Amino acid sequence: MDAIILQTLNGLDKGSAYALIALGLTIIFGTLGVVNFAHGALFMLGAFCAVVFNRLLSLSYITIDPTQTDFLGNPLKVETPYVIGWFGPEAGQAIIDWSVPLSILLVIPVMGLLGLAMERGLIRYFYRRPHADQILVTFGLAIVLQEIVKYFFGANPIPTPAPPAMAGGADVGMLLGFPENAIVYPVWRLFYTFFAAVVIAAVFGFLQFTTFGMVVRAGMADRETVQLLGIDINRRFAVMFAIAAIVAGLAGAMYAPINSPNYHMGMDFLVLSFVVVVVGGMGSLPGAVAAGFLLGILEAYASLDAVKQILPSIDQIIIYIVAIVILLTRPRGLMGRKGVMEE
Amino acid sequence: MLGLNRQDTALLIIVAVLTLLAPFILNPFPEGSGLATLNAGYPDLMQRFVIYGIFAIGFNILFGLTGYLSFGHAAFLGVGSYAAVWMFKLIGMQVIPAVLFSMAISAILALGIGYVSLRRSGIYFSILTLAFAQMCYNLAYSVLGNPNSRFNLTNGETGLQLTLDDPRILGVQRTPDGGIPVPNFFGIEMRDSYDLHLGDWVFTFSGGYYFAAAVMLIAFYIAIRIFRSPFGLMLRGVKSNQTRLYYTGINARPYTLAAFVISGTYAGLAGGLLACMDPLAGAERMQWTASGEVVLMTILGGAGTLIGPVLGAGFIKYFENIFSKINDNVLHGWFAFLPDGLEDFMVTLVHPFVGKGWHLTLGILFMLVVIFLPGGLVEGGQRILGLFRRRKAPPPGPDPEHHPKPTPHVAE
Amino acid sequence: MGILEVKNVSKSFGGLKALRDVNLSVAEHSVHAIIGPNGAGKSTLLNVLVGKLVPDTGSVMFDGQSLLGRKPYEINQMGISRVFQTPEIFGDLTVIENVMIPCFAKRDGVFRMHAFETVENEAEIVAQAEAALADVGMLERRDMHAAALSRGDKRRLELAMCLVQEPRLLLLDEPTAGMARADTNRTIELLRQIHAKRDITMVIIEHDMHVVFSLAQRITVLAQGAPLVEDTPENIKGHPKVREAYLGEAA
Repeated sequence: MDAIILQTLNGLDKGSAYALIALGLTIIFGTLGVVNFAHGALFMLGAFCAVVFNRLLSLSYITIDPTQTDFLGNPLKVETPYVIGWFGPEAGQAIIDWSVPLSILLVIPVMGLLGLAMERGLIRYFYRRPHADQILVTFGLAIVLQEIVKYFFGANPIPTPAPPAMAGGADVGMLLGFPENAIVYPVWRLFYTFFAAVVIAAVFGFLQFTTFGMVVRAGMADRETVQLLGIDINRRFAVMFAIAAIVAGLAGAMYAPINSPNYHMGMDFLVLSFVVVVVGGMGSLPGAVAAGFLLGILEAYASLDAVKQILPSIDQIIIYIVAIVILLTRPRGLMGRKGVMEE
Repeated sequence: MLGLNRQDTALLIIVAVLTLLAPFILNPFPEGSGLATLNAGYPDLMQRFVIYGIFAIGFNILFGLTGYLSFGHAAFLGVGSYAAVWMFKLIGMQVIPAVLFSMAISAILALGIGYVSLRRSGIYFSILTLAFAQMCYNLAYSVLGNPNSRFNLTNGETGLQLTLDDPRILGVQRTPDGGIPVPNFFGIEMRDSYDLHLGDWVFTFSGGYYFAAAVMLIAFYIAIRIFRSPFGLMLRGVKSNQTRLYYTGINARPYTLAAFVISGTYAGLAGGLLACMDPLAGAERMQWTASGEVVLMTILGGAGTLIGPVLGAGFIKYFENIFSKINDNVLHGWFAFLPDGLEDFMVTLVHPFVGKGWHLTLGILFMLVVIFLPGGLVEGGQRILGLFRRRKAPPPGPDPEHHPKPTPHVAE
Repeated sequence: MGILEVKNVSKSFGGLKALRDVNLSVAEHSVHAIIGPNGAGKSTLLNVLVGKLVPDTGSVMFDGQSLLGRKPYEINQMGISRVFQTPEIFGDLTVIENVMIPCFAKRDGVFRMHAFETVENEAEIVAQAEAALADVGMLERRDMHAAALSRGDKRRLELAMCLVQEPRLLLLDEPTAGMARADTNRTIELLRQIHAKRDITMVIIEHDMHVVFSLAQRITVLAQGAPLVEDTPENIKGHPKVREAYLGEAA
């Protein structure tokens, strides 16, 4: 039982990442009609934003401490991060420790601008080109982004710690009436699920309750009519692209402590997120989110020991098998609308 | 000749001659000269040219004719390699049964994947094939590759290799000197090669290359026949307008499925040949990057043209090889004529794109081709030819505005 | 008993009743027009005939066989061809190739894997296709890319693609929509010739009364998803109900 709860939690945080990426993919697909093969790269860039922010905060100046000497007998050089110099040792250290959550401050402008630049500079020239071209050009872009990151950060994963306060485990079992230390789960992963839920709620709220969101939803349903009303829907769709990029970036940045960022993490997630989108139903935002969590949890259950003993390594392919079964029985996915992607 | 019209016969003969003379053509620079880095006439690389040529020719039968963009063709390549290695392990080192088995297995796999994926079209289809390929990769990498299980088909991370204990029931288990035997075509070992020294030049003739080249020519010939056949016409109809096809009494599904299986079989053949040249198979051959690579080859050369994919495959494999070999020393050599500061600057500037940075160049190339030259090298060549012709005589006929340039679907 | 018998066909989309209890009988070798104001259910009826939509109730019989539940390509193989409102042709292919595809479909059926014959060597198919192009007066454009044709030529090409299959029933969805008067008259003349020469049964869905009265031998008027009247053109012209439902609304 405790194993099942543990895997449910595990599935929730993995599913959160799937859901966030799939949500962005679906937004882009629903508004612009483009499948963005570079979306995984945006997730990866988000994670590297966290890395960069951490490094920026750790930038130090060097002072010489005459009271101490190093092992050669010279006066000791002391590196002090600027932040500590500015805010004092306690506050400064706290800022450095909390660099990952704080990197949101960097992620939102950087990813938003990047998204806008991508849409205005590249994607919009491809609206009228065949789907194959859209796939290919974003695929090429994904390779380029990936290789640039590899050039600057190397091929090895870069460990990015969660804040110390959230680095430990939480005794989830106690809350559910289990004995002490039966189910201990990393706090940061719990937080990640919570964070994802907030982001998803924010996106849905934005689409549901703002005028901007209403116009966008109207545009998704019937682009031409909205344009006839004299609304420049393309500009709004470009903004949605930026929002999708921000969502992917946030998902990536917060995922950094869970999975040390490396340059190809985006692609690993992208393929699975595509499957999520297909299972959820192309073009359906709730479908993408639901399928994300569903598949994340399924994947986690498949790695239960009890399951693995019967079907070894099933966790590696369970998602694909589910996708195939769903596609054969419900070709439109769980919540797919009729007429989307059907020529 | 061979049921082809004059143009196609000429094309086939040109390709045949170029392929057979490749050891000369690809080695234009004398051994030991500074430009010898640019030579490509060694067996390993030439084999890759023709084998990836087969891969791209097959991919083009699907993508170029029907417009269905598969992002999972590497799965067939990998499965072909595994199948061939298993034949070497179980039957013997003769390449013919190995290659046939590769084709059969990948055809069966393509039938299954195609049957499911072709229920959808457009982007959906691309995503589905990508997911299938990734699943095959995971299967090969872990599920079917656990060395401790009895059902170890792929040997996981290590890759599938030949060992001295393999049964090889129709061949020899080990050579007289105790080694693992080498794949051969009726006695011609794939690893055999003959060096011809002419002055400063060294030309290498490799058994493996000529075997693969012969297979490639057959594959190319079959592709031409398919392009010119009523079947090929239907496939182009699928690409152009499925609605019309549907209301013309034709069910597009079996046609596209047939094209998918043929193209998967080509990929399996290529994978089998890779294993013949070097009898081991690993899961990394099935990764989605490999699928992307064949897409790029086809697009770069010119999707839907006959010769394009072959050109694209050669182009990519050649530059992959050359670019990866260039390191900072080579760069310093190249820019030595510049003043020191400028030399260093140029080296720093070029550095990210060569050596290990080859993939960056590849990605940029990919984008540039898709953006500016969707018809690939073939279209580029035609445009250049067109420029020359126009300079000689102004083009007759109506203005081009009313004649949008048709997408090239058949090489001319 | 006509070649095409539609009996009690109804079709709703959600709450909207697009067709209610439609009965239609088309006599063999006749030209039968279906007219009606916008939203009368003409297109829905056509889509039921070609198998794109399945009606909620009723039956559709073609030459004694039911069409219900058959796919469009199966219906085509039974001898029903369709001309679309906006021409559906193979834009990437040459004009002659456009016409050859239906020839192959007629000869080889829904699917045949003939990967080792050569299109150029199929003399009989080429001859058929050229004859069909000659019939619509497009033989000189034989090797042009279809996408480069003018709109009128695209329509004629599509017509040739249908005729080459020698269908027993030809469905025309507004064959003159968006055409200038001169072009319309040419199309009328062409259709008249074809009918005279080949004796094909035609069902025309049309807006343009000029076309309908020039061609049709019988006319069915649809209004709000149900047939209002069916009669000869002469009788339809003066029919008070038609005036009220159709011309009244148009004026």
